[in-house]
Amino acid sequence: MSDIQQPAQTLPPNAPSGPPLPRSTKKEGKPASLWSDAWHDLRRRPIFIVSAILIAVLVVMALWPSLFTAIDPNDPRTCELATARQGPSGGHIFGRDNLGCDVYARSIYGAANSLLIGISTTLATSLIGGMFGLAAGYFGGVTDTLASRLTEIFFAIPSILGALLIAATFRGGPLSSITLVIIALTVLGWPMTYRIMRAAVITAKSQDFVVAAKALGAGHMRIMMRHLLPNALAPVIVIATINLGGFIAAEAALSFLGVGVTSPDISWGLMISDARNRFLDAPLPLIFPAVFLSITVLAFIMLGDAVRDALDPKLR
Amino acid sequence: MAPTSEPILEVRDLVKHFPLTQGIVVKRQIGAIKAVDGVSFDLHRGETLGIVGESGCGKSTLAKVLMALERPTSGSVKIKGREIAHARGGELKRMRRNIQMVMQDPYTSLNPRMTVGDIIGEPYDIHTEVAPRGDRRKKVQELLEVVGLNPDHINRYPHQFSGGQRQRIGIARGLALQPEIIVCDEPVSALDVSIQAQVINLLERLQDEFNLAYIFIAHDLSVVRHIADRVGVMYLGKLVELGKDTEVYDKPAHPYTQALLSAVPVPDPEGRELRERIILQGDPPSPANPPSGCRFRTRCWKAQEICAEEEPLLQIRPGTAHESACHFAETHDVVHIG
Repeated sequence: MSDIQQPAQTLPPNAPSGPPLPRSTKKEGKPASLWSDAWHDLRRRPIFIVSAILIAVLVVMALWPSLFTAIDPNDPRTCELATARQGPSGGHIFGRDNLGCDVYARSIYGAANSLLIGISTTLATSLIGGMFGLAAGYFGGVTDTLASRLTEIFFAIPSILGALLIAATFRGGPLSSITLVIIALTVLGWPMTYRIMRAAVITAKSQDFVVAAKALGAGHMRIMMRHLLPNALAPVIVIATINLGGFIAAEAALSFLGVGVTSPDISWGLMISDARNRFLDAPLPLIFPAVFLSITVLAFIMLGDAVRDALDPKLR
Repeated sequence: MAPTSEPILEVRDLVKHFPLTQGIVVKRQIGAIKAVDGVSFDLHRGETLGIVGESGCGKSTLAKVLMALERPTSGSVKIKGREIAHARGGELKRMRRNIQMVMQDPYTSLNPRMTVGDIIGEPYDIHTEVAPRGDRRKKVQELLEVVGLNPDHINRYPHQFSGGQRQRIGIARGLALQPEIIVCDEPVSALDVSIQAQVINLLERLQDEFNLAYIFIAHDLSVVRHIADRVGVMYLGKLVELGKDTEVYDKPAHPYTQALLSAVPVPDPEGRELRERIILQGDPPSPANPPSGCRFRTRCWKAQEICAEEEPLLQIRPGTAHESACHFAETHDVVHIG
């Protein structure tokens, strides 16, 4: 240990290093960051490409349903009671439902409301729960106590009963029934995200790199956004994508109870709840919207998985 | 590297107690963990002060208080004559440019989701006045080169490096703001012995290059002996001995230091027979309830009544050339090896 040796374990410049490196790190000239590297990585993941295509198709379906079907289910003339629960045929490939309306067209037109409810509620719960969870986990003390007690109040409310109460109380007001469903599901859904975010932040904040950032003089915002959030995001993404399907299904439950989306509006949830009375005679009017729902949920779960993996440099 | 100028860091009667509370709604303080309990020392420019002591003696708490990561219960920490212990906001942020830290565990001290460039460049993002935005990347690459890493690896992530390389990244981050003091809290104890030597040599080279002052905290006496100019020995929150490395290692005056040194492995089989082994009895007492008088008396073979009644101060005592905190201090070469 006498004189200073050039460190032997340092890789000599330009030498090939052991494990193959992710492509993005080869371009040493350009600055890399977690998000740009994650994007580079995402674009090459098949699971991301598949889920992105699925979601793109669903979004197009929600915005311009007439591209997919010539029948407009909002027009009552397209329904014929006499042909109720008819099986698939040339003009009506998914058959007809209890009221003789075309199941395929209704499934296409239902995408808009179902996606709107699922995505808005997921974004709202993740933002609200995530923000409160981040702040409560980081600051601890009084902030944490207040936020945690508040979430416990919401946890104590049975969710269907609570949503029913919110949706029924404000029904007929200035807000549309879909907005009410989104609000009701958000109010009752954010505590779950809050808890997961808070727990992940508490784990992350005890690590030395947070102490190191403080020693450098980093402010609260920098520590939360640059150090804690990226390290606490993974479980929140997972739970958010799983919840997305849950919210679309919860809308169905509310519709069934008469406070969610109601006829003549169309949503997958409504279609499922309408069809289930006659499920044994005519399973198809239930199965087709359920398949749409499952594909949507699957696409978002795959997207969430891909994003989570891309945000972890160790998995690239 | 003899201390010449006035001290760059002055620590006086530094105390850090962590309150022990009871009750959920109304918290009553029922005691305190006396982690650091009256520590004073000076650090000069370009000098290395080693702090040694066993686990739980308050070394790491001392480092946190010096870095203003914890507020001291009382006492003062002055950097170039300015108090950091009570500084706040912008003033504290400016003072942090002068004192930086290298942490113990290279695996948790680097954010796994930031590139090396972002980790070493973060000091410049926080202290924007140090380097103009366009220069930062170049500066980071210079720093990588200074600590012996390939500057082309700027876009890699921490997990792509070995433990020793990660510690170099941590050192580069500490150097970014060109501080005059670096607090090294056990910087090599998580590394393999062969890598320890490289990191220690790097620290020594950087000290010569940038005239850095180090507080070097460790529990490994031989590592401290290699790098330190002066050594302080801590026991239960107090410094029990403080002096030049040769004085403390060859002529230890405090019984605790003697016991510590007698436990250091001697590589030479010839001299090994001559060495005295002092085996201490029992465990260190709880820092929540330290013994009266001298804190070491419960495990000391020299303890007498005065030790329980009167606390020995850290001062130069008859027959010794450096400061020690023992009523019966006498130099005693335990190792017997020149």
